[in-house]
Amino acid sequence: MRDWLILGVGTLLFGLLALSGDTYLLRLGTMLAMYAVLAMSWNFIGGMTGYPSFATAAFFGLGAYTSAILQAAQMPMAVGWAAAGLVAGGFALLIGLPILRLKGHYFAIASLSIGEILREVVNTSEEITGGGMGMNLPLLRLPPEVQAQAFYLCMLGLAVLTTAVAILVHHGRLGFAFRCIEQNEDAATVLGVDTRTFKTAAFGLSAVFSGVAGAIYGNWVHYIEPLDVFDIMHSVKPLVMVLLGGLGTLFGPIFGAIVFLALEEAVWRNFLGVHAAVLGVLIVAMVLFLPRGLATSFEQIARRFRGKAA
Amino acid sequence: MIYLQILANGLALGGLYACIAVGFSLVWGVLNVINLLHGSMIVLGSYIALFAYTTFGIHPFLTVPIAGGIVFALTYALQRGIINRVIAAPVLMTLTLTFGLDLIFNNAMLTAFKADYRKLILENPLGSWSFSGVTLPVDRIAAMALAMLLTLMLFRLLKDSRIGRAIVAVRMDRDAAALMGVDVMKINAITFGIGGFMAGAAGCLLSIIFPISPLNSTVYLGKSFVVCVLGGLGSVPGAIVGGLALGIIESFGAFFLGPEHAVTLAFSLLIVFLIVRPTGLLGKKGYE
Amino acid sequence: MSALLTLDGVSRSFGGLRAVDNVSLEIAPGEIVGLIGPNGAGKSTLINVVSGVHPATAGRVVFDGRDITRAKPHAIARGGVARTFQVVQPFPNMTVRENIAAGGAFAGRIASLKQAMQEAGELAAGVGLGDLVDQPANTLTLARRKRLELAKSLAMKPKLLFLDEVNAGLNPAEIDDALALIRRIAEQGVTIVLVEHLMKVVVGISERIVVLQNGALIADDTPEAVLNNQKVIEAYLGKKYAAALSAEGGGP
Repeated sequence: MRDWLILGVGTLLFGLLALSGDTYLLRLGTMLAMYAVLAMSWNFIGGMTGYPSFATAAFFGLGAYTSAILQAAQMPMAVGWAAAGLVAGGFALLIGLPILRLKGHYFAIASLSIGEILREVVNTSEEITGGGMGMNLPLLRLPPEVQAQAFYLCMLGLAVLTTAVAILVHHGRLGFAFRCIEQNEDAATVLGVDTRTFKTAAFGLSAVFSGVAGAIYGNWVHYIEPLDVFDIMHSVKPLVMVLLGGLGTLFGPIFGAIVFLALEEAVWRNFLGVHAAVLGVLIVAMVLFLPRGLATSFEQIARRFRGKAA
Repeated sequence: MIYLQILANGLALGGLYACIAVGFSLVWGVLNVINLLHGSMIVLGSYIALFAYTTFGIHPFLTVPIAGGIVFALTYALQRGIINRVIAAPVLMTLTLTFGLDLIFNNAMLTAFKADYRKLILENPLGSWSFSGVTLPVDRIAAMALAMLLTLMLFRLLKDSRIGRAIVAVRMDRDAAALMGVDVMKINAITFGIGGFMAGAAGCLLSIIFPISPLNSTVYLGKSFVVCVLGGLGSVPGAIVGGLALGIIESFGAFFLGPEHAVTLAFSLLIVFLIVRPTGLLGKKGYE
Repeated sequence: MSALLTLDGVSRSFGGLRAVDNVSLEIAPGEIVGLIGPNGAGKSTLINVVSGVHPATAGRVVFDGRDITRAKPHAIARGGVARTFQVVQPFPNMTVRENIAAGGAFAGRIASLKQAMQEAGELAAGVGLGDLVDQPANTLTLARRKRLELAKSLAMKPKLLFLDEVNAGLNPAEIDDALALIRRIAEQGVTIVLVEHLMKVVVGISERIVVLQNGALIADDTPEAVLNNQKVIEAYLGKKYAAALSAEGGGP
């Protein structure tokens, strides 16, 4: 109940931001919503289920291209977006069955390779995808501020939907099964958890929303190319956000996305030439000093203070 | 005849791939850490060779021990100072950490050397051998031979030296090795350093063949993944078999399917191998 | 009455080693059977075969009228076979309640998670962990973790329960508690196979004892008969000692 309340209040507050006509603010807001979607999506497989997936970029890119190809064939934007989610999710189920048998580093590498393969396939299928030249998406005939508001609201809507699903999963049977698998997969099997099905479900969930996010992103920026949408950073950033916010927690990924975006924006503005290195320093510091995430660490500090006060 | 030429090209390429991957494989096998810095360390080796050649006129082959030594020192220090702190942490943590370190290093190299591809052109190339229709550039063959020599030296080091035996012992059973008096922390750092040495050395050899740019680091890293999985993790013979296999597959793949499909082919093979035969072509683990 | 579990010529090999060798066995509903044998006799492997963790390489396993030889472990668990592990395997960062509820929610087919949690609380109290339901499992002592294993298995509402060395590592008072608990479970109609390498523990509680040696079944009889079985004595004490014992006219 409390979680739904948080979601409701959050939606309202972030929804109000759309009223502002400030395009910079709206751009940040759209990025934030997209990061939140990617982080929560990754959290299904990487956080709750404990499988170190590097496939987010694959789903994001697959969604972006699915939607772009359909729109190039004169399909409406909404159809493209819906198809993006379906194709990304279906692809995850298909590829998940074999690679989710792998564990640890092996799974990580296999999931990483999927993005590499998809990127190269897109790169070489020039007739359909334009190859390395990328694809242009139809321009909307709307004033720029209205477009900024519209895309912000769309991405926010997706984030709200993803959060709602995350809440359901977190409190439901599905999330419980994910956590059992994360804790001890063999023991879970013997307790009657159909680990293969649940792992595949987690992978599928992590793909659907990432795919739609990729599709919305494509229309938002009007142009996609393989190097951009299949960039490995789309796999790594969500993971860093979730680590920042707290692995496997419900709202941790959103919290992590906010902190990450703030840092990223500060770095972009002040250290453009070395932004990758600053991001690297951030990652290293986080792994070394905050391995359990900001939220968990705050909680521990708070508890220590309360303990002293008592 | 064309097939013989393709095979020869593939073998020459494969020898280099083995050398690229062997250090990566060793670190993965012994420390259970995937070192995402590996590609950047190879590129660093190439830049050291380029710098030594353009500034002092030292032939890249002669720079091998210097570049290897520099990268050894760097990676040893990184392991001791940073990576060692999370050595027992879950896969996700060590992967993320080495990814972060790679972002720093790669960005530093981009700032220092710029992204454009540079080429080390030898003033006195050794020409090429040609017999029964097969043409082999001598420099390339020499680089491949040196790469194989280095790889075999690593093999002997692991088999015959005290430190090598200690590394193998840690790979087989970390706790048992510690009980028998092996300083596991030290071995971890030395292994990481050896991985770095091999990366730096491989970078020198590659400098006379491939263009040099920080952007190449992910390509080399990708090759290392594939070689490891094809040949089997953590063993020198595995890296040799995996490297040669990848070299041959790539050059025949380029001929039959077109060079643009090389990456797709390699990574598809990787996934198939992971699923069907996770122990690699040699089908065994360890160094024996 | 038809058997609950039937093993028909079951073998399991690992490479060249036959860990379970042509074992045929029937277990009737409601029995308490002791499964004993020296270390390495194949007891745990036999459980792994039945629970689907290491499926049989030859032979047939029939449970409750269904052939489960090739079934997946989770399906077998849902079908009514529960087991504890020799080395306890809790979900370390979950609470005692959540650990137990997992058994109920998945194998026990409780549709509502809330109800599974509630029943888990009752089961925890039943095995003496009532005060600790909200503690993470990794804070429990070994004896308590063993009870947690038991509660998890019970939550699965099993027809057949394998208890793999639930008494190992416990002191005599704790063993007595554990045996009393096992009797109570049996009274609820659960068929129990109690695996031990200590003969002493099972003799008092089992109605029937099955003995494995080197993967093969060497005896299947009442406790008294098994204790006087020459093959069993040899298996436990070695041929020479057993011969000396019978020459003296003694016997265990």
